[in-house]
Amino acid sequence: MRYCDQLAEKDLIQMYRWMVLTRAFEERICELWGRGAVSELPHGCQGQEAIAVGACYRLRREDQVMPSLRTRGALLIKGISARVQMAGVYAKATGAARGKATTHHMGDADCGVLLGSGIVGASITVAVGAALAFKLQRKDHIVVDFFGDGAAQRGDFHEGLNFAGVFKLPIVFILENNGFAEYTPLSKHFAGSDFACRAQGYGFPGIRLDGNDVFAVYEAVQTAVALARAGKGPTLLECVTYRYRSHCEVHPPEAFRDIAEIEQWRARDPIPRMRAHLTQRGILTDDLVHKIDTEVAAEIDDAVKYAEESPLPATDELYKDVYAPESRELVVERRS
Amino acid sequence: MREITYREAIREALREEMRRDDRVFILGEDVATAGGVFKVTQGLLAEFGPERVIDTPLSESAIVGAAVGASLMGMRPVAEVMFADFTAIAMDALVNHAAKIHYMSGGEVSAPLVVRMAYGAGPRWGSHHTQSVESWLANVPGLTIVMPSSPYDAKGLLKAAIRTLNPVIFLEHKLLYGKNGEVPETEYFVPIGKAEVKRAGANVTIVASGLMVDRALDAARTLEQEGVSAEVIDLRSIQPLDEETILASVEKTGRLVIVHEAPVRGGFGGEVAAVVANKALGFLDAPIQRVGAPWTPVPFGPVLVDAYVPKEADIIQAVRTTQGATVA
Repeated sequence: MRYCDQLAEKDLIQMYRWMVLTRAFEERICELWGRGAVSELPHGCQGQEAIAVGACYRLRREDQVMPSLRTRGALLIKGISARVQMAGVYAKATGAARGKATTHHMGDADCGVLLGSGIVGASITVAVGAALAFKLQRKDHIVVDFFGDGAAQRGDFHEGLNFAGVFKLPIVFILENNGFAEYTPLSKHFAGSDFACRAQGYGFPGIRLDGNDVFAVYEAVQTAVALARAGKGPTLLECVTYRYRSHCEVHPPEAFRDIAEIEQWRARDPIPRMRAHLTQRGILTDDLVHKIDTEVAAEIDDAVKYAEESPLPATDELYKDVYAPESRELVVERRS
Repeated sequence: MREITYREAIREALREEMRRDDRVFILGEDVATAGGVFKVTQGLLAEFGPERVIDTPLSESAIVGAAVGASLMGMRPVAEVMFADFTAIAMDALVNHAAKIHYMSGGEVSAPLVVRMAYGAGPRWGSHHTQSVESWLANVPGLTIVMPSSPYDAKGLLKAAIRTLNPVIFLEHKLLYGKNGEVPETEYFVPIGKAEVKRAGANVTIVASGLMVDRALDAARTLEQEGVSAEVIDLRSIQPLDEETILASVEKTGRLVIVHEAPVRGGFGGEVAAVVANKALGFLDAPIQRVGAPWTPVPFGPVLVDAYVPKEADIIQAVRTTQGATVA
């Protein structure tokens, strides 16, 4: 039986809601940035929501997610609230690292989110190390590692995937091929036909799939997760998608590309697609769609209110957390 | 007390910590079957098995990156990048990730890992296997940088490094691996961040690190015959820097010579000089002298390497300069 067929109606509605929430969060922070209200420069994931939601739905709390620049939905599903993320966008004391880190780099040990990296691709080897720890600890938790087509051109992609293949580590590599490395289109940074075939060189499966189809993502990730938990090693999933916004909000969406291309991809937008599917199955009704939209808007409003009312960090926050306090066991040893 | 080599002292620290704590594991290229190219980890594979002494692909970025990731999941990795020169490849994992994770998580997590590496010229292995890299890393908040000069310190500092919750760069000088020294059989630690006065003196302070500590002590013995009493300080770690010990010594001697094997320009000696100039200028009776490598890559071949690496004679010359000069 396919994993998708085991999803109950409430799961399907919840997955749809996560996608709507992700989109709404990104749209709101782009709007806030546009009028100068927030500190963090958005790198929007609009158009790519199905990947994070399909990949992270049904992960365990202990499973680790390594986010990329465009995995807002992964942070939400793993349990970092819209409030905390929004406070981070505002660089408030209630946000990531009490105002010391952007939400692109935020993690949460309790939720199973590793700290993301501003060095595109560098997070791959760190995610591999987390998977190595799970193997050495004989745990059956797994790591889901997100990165883009730009990151796949970094040496760390090769070093990390080869390392994971050699040691058969419990990790799922999710390559969000959104067609751009920053502003450079795939055609100018990639001479190959696809990324999935690279996995063959590392000794594990690689699959290219429609990243705008939440069910395709969910099915492929659940299959890969089962392999990883069973000690059968990594999988590379190339999820083909498209980024509606520019690399970041410094430029309008149409900068450096043909605006017609954006419109063509809008026809394959993952959210209306899932909505149409669930409506056809009688799971979503117009009323329920409206209710979800209303609830999501209220959740985002609440997050913005929370962020705006939160205090800024005190300047002495600058000096905190450079070094961890010395290990208690060492202090004890020295005294004895 | 029994004597063992610097190499054996490091191995003993690894073995003791691995026996005590099964979270501690070793990873790196040729660390297991081959026992490390400098034989430091020899025998550990047999005792601890391939899941705790792990031969990795030739991938320095993945070795250190994976150590960072494993440390976040509760492990205590000791990564080896073999030659310190190869740190350049792993620099991103060290500088942008290991060093900043505690800060960027608001203190929620840290990266308790050790990265061991062999540095220094002397062995004539060309420009890519001989550098002293500590200053590359010294400008990165979040890192701890340790440079033991003796078997005793190597063991005590490595045990402390494995137990701290912060990422530690552990620099082992190749010419010290065979050095013998007293090492207790009972457990001990050397605190990171505390310099040691290796020799008391009255006329000049020589601050040194790593292999240069022995050269400074040689110079001090020679200078004694000339009637110059030199105090020799072994920094042991350059981050944290034990300013207190340096300042107390300079306040006593009034003269300062700083020695390291890395190039003088941009080297860590400049930081030591700046600290003293800033906090003890009034005690200085002569301009500060720095001894280090020239502004060239490390060469190959005996004639050029000998000209490159600071020698006892260079230190003596620098001390004599301080004795003749006075601050205008």
